[in-house]
Amino acid sequence: MKKYIFSWALLLIVHVATSQNNDRYMGAMGASLQQFATAKSQTEMNELAARFQRIGEAEKTQWLPYYYAAMIKAQMAMGNAKQADALAAEADALIAKAAAIEDNAELDCVRNMATTARMLVDPMNRWQQYGPIAAGFLQDAMKKDPTNPRPYMLQAASLINTPEQFGGGCKTAKPLAEKAIQLYESFKSPSSLHPNWGKETVIGIVQQCK
Amino acid sequence: MRVLILLIFVVLLKSTSAQTVIRGEVKDQKGRILAGASISIKNSYDGTVSDSTGRFKFTSFEKGSQLLVVSFIGSKSQEIQIDLKGEEIEQVVVLKEEISELKAVVITAGSFEANDKKRGTVLRSLDIATTAGANADISATIQTLPGAQKVGEQEGLFVRGGSAEEARIFIDGSSVNNFFFSSVPGIAQRGRFSPFLFSGTVFSSGGYSALYGQALSSVLALESIDLPEQSEAQAGISPIFLSGGFQQLGKGKKSSYGMSYSFTHLALYQKLVPQAPDFFKAPQFHNIDANFRIKTKRGGMIKAYAYFNAGELALRRPSLDSIGLKNAFSLTNYNVFGNISYRQPLGRGWKLQATGGISYNLDQIGNEVQNQQNQKVPNTGIPAIDFAQFNINQTQRMWQIRSVLEKKLSGINAIRFGGEVWRNTDTVITKFETGKFENKWVDVYTAFFAESDIFLSNEWALRPGLRVERSSILAKTNVAPRVSLSYKVAAQSQMSIDYGIFYQTPERRFIANPNDLGFLRADHYILTYQHLSRDYTFRTQLYYKDYKNLLQTDAAIRQGVSIDGSGYAKGLELFWRDRKTLPGLDYWISYTYLDTKREFQNYPFAVQPPFAATHSGSFVFKKFWVKKMFGVNWSWNWSTGRPYFDPNRPQSEFMRDRTIPFHSHNFSLNWLPKIGKANSVVVVGINNVFNQNQIFSYNFSSRVRGNDGRLISEAVIPPAPRSFFIGLFLSWGVDRTQENINNNL
Repeated sequence: MKKYIFSWALLLIVHVATSQNNDRYMGAMGASLQQFATAKSQTEMNELAARFQRIGEAEKTQWLPYYYAAMIKAQMAMGNAKQADALAAEADALIAKAAAIEDNAELDCVRNMATTARMLVDPMNRWQQYGPIAAGFLQDAMKKDPTNPRPYMLQAASLINTPEQFGGGCKTAKPLAEKAIQLYESFKSPSSLHPNWGKETVIGIVQQCK
Repeated sequence: MRVLILLIFVVLLKSTSAQTVIRGEVKDQKGRILAGASISIKNSYDGTVSDSTGRFKFTSFEKGSQLLVVSFIGSKSQEIQIDLKGEEIEQVVVLKEEISELKAVVITAGSFEANDKKRGTVLRSLDIATTAGANADISATIQTLPGAQKVGEQEGLFVRGGSAEEARIFIDGSSVNNFFFSSVPGIAQRGRFSPFLFSGTVFSSGGYSALYGQALSSVLALESIDLPEQSEAQAGISPIFLSGGFQQLGKGKKSSYGMSYSFTHLALYQKLVPQAPDFFKAPQFHNIDANFRIKTKRGGMIKAYAYFNAGELALRRPSLDSIGLKNAFSLTNYNVFGNISYRQPLGRGWKLQATGGISYNLDQIGNEVQNQQNQKVPNTGIPAIDFAQFNINQTQRMWQIRSVLEKKLSGINAIRFGGEVWRNTDTVITKFETGKFENKWVDVYTAFFAESDIFLSNEWALRPGLRVERSSILAKTNVAPRVSLSYKVAAQSQMSIDYGIFYQTPERRFIANPNDLGFLRADHYILTYQHLSRDYTFRTQLYYKDYKNLLQTDAAIRQGVSIDGSGYAKGLELFWRDRKTLPGLDYWISYTYLDTKREFQNYPFAVQPPFAATHSGSFVFKKFWVKKMFGVNWSWNWSTGRPYFDPNRPQSEFMRDRTIPFHSHNFSLNWLPKIGKANSVVVVGINNVFNQNQIFSYNFSSRVRGNDGRLISEAVIPPAPRSFFIGLFLSWGVDRTQENINNNL
């Protein structure tokens, strides 16, 4: 009997501990994601990325913290040509950590963003090298998860910023944006912590191309 | 059980109650603050980021012995044992810098690197195509860089007082024997290869890596592109040539193959633009090339390239050696070049680079003296005239293999070593009226080399190298050490000192006699400062080149060939390129000061050679309007007069004279309209816009004297004062990405 009580207790401890851990995870992620929505300054973004990374290091089995940390670094890289190469390298390192846990279409999207940021440092000269790599990541994402709207969103966003002479502009961007909107409507996030962003961008593109 | 549960809650409550404040500072080894460093307690969420003063502060609910993890990009992260028990902890953290490719000094070894993948790109294929005056010729664009002389009457790279033979060109590691179209007296020939075959060019004006050899002055290493971005068909139309070709990219973008053909005929152009020489056969060429490229597993690559060219031309000029007679020169050329390269990461930091190449070149040269009716004159008994009647058939055959192994050591340190074998067979058959001379040379050149990149810190890097070479025809072996020390002065600025010994076999035609010839030798000492950023490039070099052995031919003594010639070159070079200050305008300025003298060939004593100008420079401007897809390019190349020998002077005044300064202003425009489904490029170019008088040198008669009693002369000038180009290039791209998008919709 004592043995039973002991094992029950053990189970309970484990349960309490994990649910507490899980609550702690959900809580920390939720709070950080809220902050992510409003974070603007480089310092804030940097701190937030560091926090996501800390959560990732502590959890070890969750890919989402690394994913968000990488996405923040990729976003920072896009807006900061001077440090883009270094920031994109940080993003890649974080993506690699996330991919070791689970590799999926969302990570390909961040890979695309980091590569695009590198290209944007010097588009005239880097396009040849990074353009095909960035496009390749989106192809991979579309293959891994055909229901995910984000690769289409990113492709539309990239095309709308490409001159028409190089195959960009509304003509090619709009159908992709419309396809993305369709997918956004049917796309269900597995949890409130999972990525669920980008719809406004494609709506914007469709409106711009009316 | 209740007790247990209670206990658990007590434990949980207790754990949330005790908290510890951890504060401190993050610095690097030099005591500089590190802002934005990440600080955390291992396996917990607790942590923060250091602020702009390098300080940090956070609260942790963890307790007991924990690891404080501090990391910062570019530094080695550090774990510090701390004891959390509610008392505030103050911790100063010093992070060691990590040597990384992004931050470390770049080992340049005296070269201008123009690799699309690396930082500090200087010249790309597009730059070559849009440099006014260069007409998409690689070597003509190289001439706008400091160190290379603007020699208009002969093809080749004349670098830092060196002759054209002292520069060697490599494609994917294979030495290219006949990079330029075969020589025509007095007219510089173009390079054979299109700049668009290459993704990277490394131009070294001295002090180059131990991986290369057989060049006293300079190495130009070209790296071909891996895979084209997309399948496409191309066509080119111009009054000078017609071309067509395709590139097919395999499924999955793992392989590609392509072919192209072009036919060049200058008859129409020479009618429109009168030429000084009488081209009785206008230059005409057939050109075919083919390539095959395949990606192997683990990021390897196999590339094969084959080139074939057949061309002919003939021209006549008034003979200087007899009034009323003409000198007629004709040339038929066949050229084959083939190259296979294999690049493969082997795992555990090892990488293999293997190359095999073959080349074949046949020049059939005819020279005869003709009368006013353009008929060959019979034997005159006058040597100067009779010796101008000859036929030469010269063949150059070569095969070569080379392999280089690279091993990445700790950090970004690396070691490279390997070897190469070249086998050259030259045959020259010369026919005069009086007889036939046949000569054949076979030389097997073998080399082993090793070099290492040693990064002492992000600031200091050392590259020692060693090359051992053997030539079978000389039956001699040499040892050539090279070393390069680089120091990073600031974020984008660095300095380097390069030293090396460079050997080369004498031109084979002089090795005919089994004299005790050896390798020619030059020692280089180079000091470089450069600032490289995304938009600006500044480079200055100060160098001294000591020619220890040069080929000397004594006209007085037959077979008097030795390597006792010597000389020096020293100078200062400046290069500035700015892509930013004015929107859409890209320009570069280069300046070369050269002080050189040499005693070689049949020179009676050391003099400044005819291929060296004391001052020279270039201004290259390019402006492109992205919205209109239209660009204009301007270049101005200049140099002070070059030496020439006037045989009317005594021998003691050898090479005393100088030509007039050289100036060439060149203009080109390129327009990229969409014609139907084709992406097209229209190119229009004019060289020597202002019709400035260009004199490269003077030829003197060996016997005919003018009224003043002096030997008559003729200026060596371009075939036409101005040259023009107009062309339309079309490409129909089958864009696979677009196809994929449509498939997915």
